[in-house]
Amino acid sequence: MSTAAKPRLAVYKFASCDGCQLSLLDCEDELLAVAGAVEIAYFVEARRQTLAGPYDITLVEGSVTTEEEIERIKEVRRQSRFLVAIGACATAGGIQSLRNWIDVNDYVNTVYATPEYIDTLATSKPISDYVEVDFELRGCPISKYQLLELVTSLLIGRLPHLPSHSVCQECKARGTVCVTVAQGIPCLGPVTLGGCWAICPAFNRGCYGCFGPVEDGNPIALGEQFMALGQTGAQVSRAFRGFNGYAPVFRQASEYFEDK
Amino acid sequence: MATKQSTLQHIPTISLDPMLPHWAAIAKIQDETPGVATYALEFQDLAFRTAYSFLPGQFNMLYLPGIGEVAISISSDPETPHELLHTIRVAGNVTQAIERLKVGDQIGVRGPYGSAWPVEVARGEDLIFVAGGIGLAPLRPAIYHVIRHRAEYGKITILAGARSPEDMLYHDEFDAWREHDIEVIPTVDRADESWQGRVGVVPMLFYSLRPDPRNTTVFTCGPEIMMRFVAYEAMARRIPTERVFVSLERNMKCAVGFCGHCQYGPTFLCKEGPVLSFAQIEPFYNVEEF
Amino acid sequence: MAENLPSPGEQVVIAKPALQSVFKALDSAGYTLIAPVLRNEAIIYDEVSSVDELPIGWTAETGPGHYRLEQRGDESFFGFPAGPSTWKGYLYPSRLKLFSVSKNGGGYQTVPNQDVSPSYAFIGVRACELAAIAIQDRVFIEGPFQDPHYEARREKAFILAVNCTEPGETCFCASMGAGPRCTQAFDLALTELRDAFVIEIGSPLGARMLLDVEWSFAGALELGRADQKITDAENQMGRTLDTSDLPGLLYDNLEHPRWDDVAERCLSCTNCTLVCPTCFCSDMKDISDLTGANTERVRVWDSCFNPDFSYVHGGHLRPNIRARYRQWLTHKLASWIDQFGTSGCVGCGRCITWCPVGIDLTEEIAAIRDEA
Repeated sequence: MSTAAKPRLAVYKFASCDGCQLSLLDCEDELLAVAGAVEIAYFVEARRQTLAGPYDITLVEGSVTTEEEIERIKEVRRQSRFLVAIGACATAGGIQSLRNWIDVNDYVNTVYATPEYIDTLATSKPISDYVEVDFELRGCPISKYQLLELVTSLLIGRLPHLPSHSVCQECKARGTVCVTVAQGIPCLGPVTLGGCWAICPAFNRGCYGCFGPVEDGNPIALGEQFMALGQTGAQVSRAFRGFNGYAPVFRQASEYFEDK
Repeated sequence: MATKQSTLQHIPTISLDPMLPHWAAIAKIQDETPGVATYALEFQDLAFRTAYSFLPGQFNMLYLPGIGEVAISISSDPETPHELLHTIRVAGNVTQAIERLKVGDQIGVRGPYGSAWPVEVARGEDLIFVAGGIGLAPLRPAIYHVIRHRAEYGKITILAGARSPEDMLYHDEFDAWREHDIEVIPTVDRADESWQGRVGVVPMLFYSLRPDPRNTTVFTCGPEIMMRFVAYEAMARRIPTERVFVSLERNMKCAVGFCGHCQYGPTFLCKEGPVLSFAQIEPFYNVEEF
Repeated sequence: MAENLPSPGEQVVIAKPALQSVFKALDSAGYTLIAPVLRNEAIIYDEVSSVDELPIGWTAETGPGHYRLEQRGDESFFGFPAGPSTWKGYLYPSRLKLFSVSKNGGGYQTVPNQDVSPSYAFIGVRACELAAIAIQDRVFIEGPFQDPHYEARREKAFILAVNCTEPGETCFCASMGAGPRCTQAFDLALTELRDAFVIEIGSPLGARMLLDVEWSFAGALELGRADQKITDAENQMGRTLDTSDLPGLLYDNLEHPRWDDVAERCLSCTNCTLVCPTCFCSDMKDISDLTGANTERVRVWDSCFNPDFSYVHGGHLRPNIRARYRQWLTHKLASWIDQFGTSGCVGCGRCITWCPVGIDLTEEIAAIRDEA
């Protein structure tokens, strides 16, 4: 990273709810330090003035759902040294990727009064399906601590320390009793990447997989356990088909259990 | 290891925590081969520097705050421990950051750790050193030792392999080693016009050797597949596996047996290793993904 | 001794409510009391100040991947099998700051973590858990290097053990020679009878905690009843494990098809390793501020089930669940013996109970043994 001028940060939004970019504003205590360490060159939610690229670090929120977005993400890539996809939409296609399993025109005709105004792709897909992505931050929304760690690591010049363990490891580290074993509550924690500090089980509910699949997990075996606990195949399929339902491992599991 | 007691007497009580680094400045950086350089380190604490010693084959944990820690074998002469050298290949996060350092910059050091090449046990024997690539670095302290005590050893042969001539580590020292009645045989996987030596993988160099199986010890370090074939070539020449020593590499985090990462079956490579006899590891060496 | 106190090795009887006086004595001596409590649909360990916080009258039904609280219908203080918590969480916390470093001119300044380590009184330590603590002592204290943080916590810890009279469906401490009778070092060890506790004095410090307690030497009747309860427990183990030559069995069967079978079921989620009272693997991480000038180095729990665990440049050496489960079980029951002169398993059954899919290591071993 150049030491002469402050590194330039940009934040771009695609099909998404804005929640992930708000995580940056949610950094509160650390926000001033971030603002001191980088030049926020393009972040329409935080700064009226926008500066043209190139950018050192570009955070991209949202999935690609229109032809226009395909062109825009390519341009963002051209302008960015490090392109970081943030959140379930940008890394897996988001909840809107439910359209990928049906004919999107059915949705369009049902939802919109004048469907002819709607111009959309048949699918909602992650940023990495269209351009090369340097880093991904998972989550719906992302963790602000991971966002800070990522910015810090890029400023210092090393790879970010991002979790590779399951949510279970975080439950155990914070002393949360397993909701599946002690209460029979279906929980995606064993096959979901940590990073959320296992917040849902701490509030006595099952993990719904918002950080997406952990590397080399075993969702089929977990789904079979859910069925042993009394869930139907359709319920298990829906559990996997959430915010990260289009992430390959969860996608396969949701399809495997669909007709079980 | 051997230095633990003497070292601890000289440092403040809190340094009993084996996780605390000792700061050392980079005194010199010498480029070796592409992506490989040797760093001379000088401990800032004079008492610690004076007390520091290591055995050939041992390693240090090198630490850069905010980046992380990496296990690097010591590549200098154990009899001049104040001239502490580490030959480092750029591979991961920490080594990439080390590459950006300059003379005078500081690095945290913990160590020395691990087992040593059994140079004392091998006294009186013929020695064959077999190195692949950067694997010559952890062998060099043992080579320096046998040079200093040349009369105590029999025939000494060094087989050094590299991918290409420009990857041949320490090649400018080979002639100096040869002056001590040591046969140094380099080989490369891919030669260029300038290359005068052998071409082919290192274990093949065994074909030209006629070692005395009753009186030969083998020290080898390099890729695991290479060491496996070295062991097989040695066994084919009836050298007992108890006298074939390998230096293994695993994920190393704590280096003191607390963290569990470097386990290799019954051993912790940070404690019982990295140098082990092939006899110790033979039951597990062919088990995939062990 | 000026006061009339029992000596180590002697056994006394106290009325059950008198346990509160022991708690008070521990509190006055400066200990933080950690004891079983009812919380989040389980019996876990947490800070307490009164015996009323113990899960009196409660137990739990355990099974593979299954744990349910149940009322006993009596007033037992310790009438339950071990839950998901371990004492390791206190002696070897899941996250510990090792030191901080700041840039200081051209160099660095290290500030060690000099926090005063807590003084814990562990209430209700089972025999299997005493055995587990002894195993972790070998890892962190008795090897060539000592972990000063573990050592400080361990040396300060007061142990009020409990002879187990309520083994669960997943328990097999008797097979491992680790229980149910407390034989390893403790300060006090209780055996719960219907209306009284028989207490064995383990140390002079333990005896001093009886200063304000009305006690009498245990008679033959009480000792007989206590002994019978422990013997009954030994005969009520929910599981057994044939431990004969486990190293030989596992080392000879590293390519056994059962590893493929268990890999189909295992989630690689790390639960078994984290509830295990002996598993000790950790990672170290640096947390730095945005400038990189200030860094904290922390130690966090890790697990051999994490793919990264075996990473060396070029890839994961154990790249699949089969390899990772094999590593865990082989370490626990075989290579642990080579490394530390003891099995890594105490038969507490936590890894069976808290595996979300109920994988049972006693079953896995039996399968390998039968088909070996």
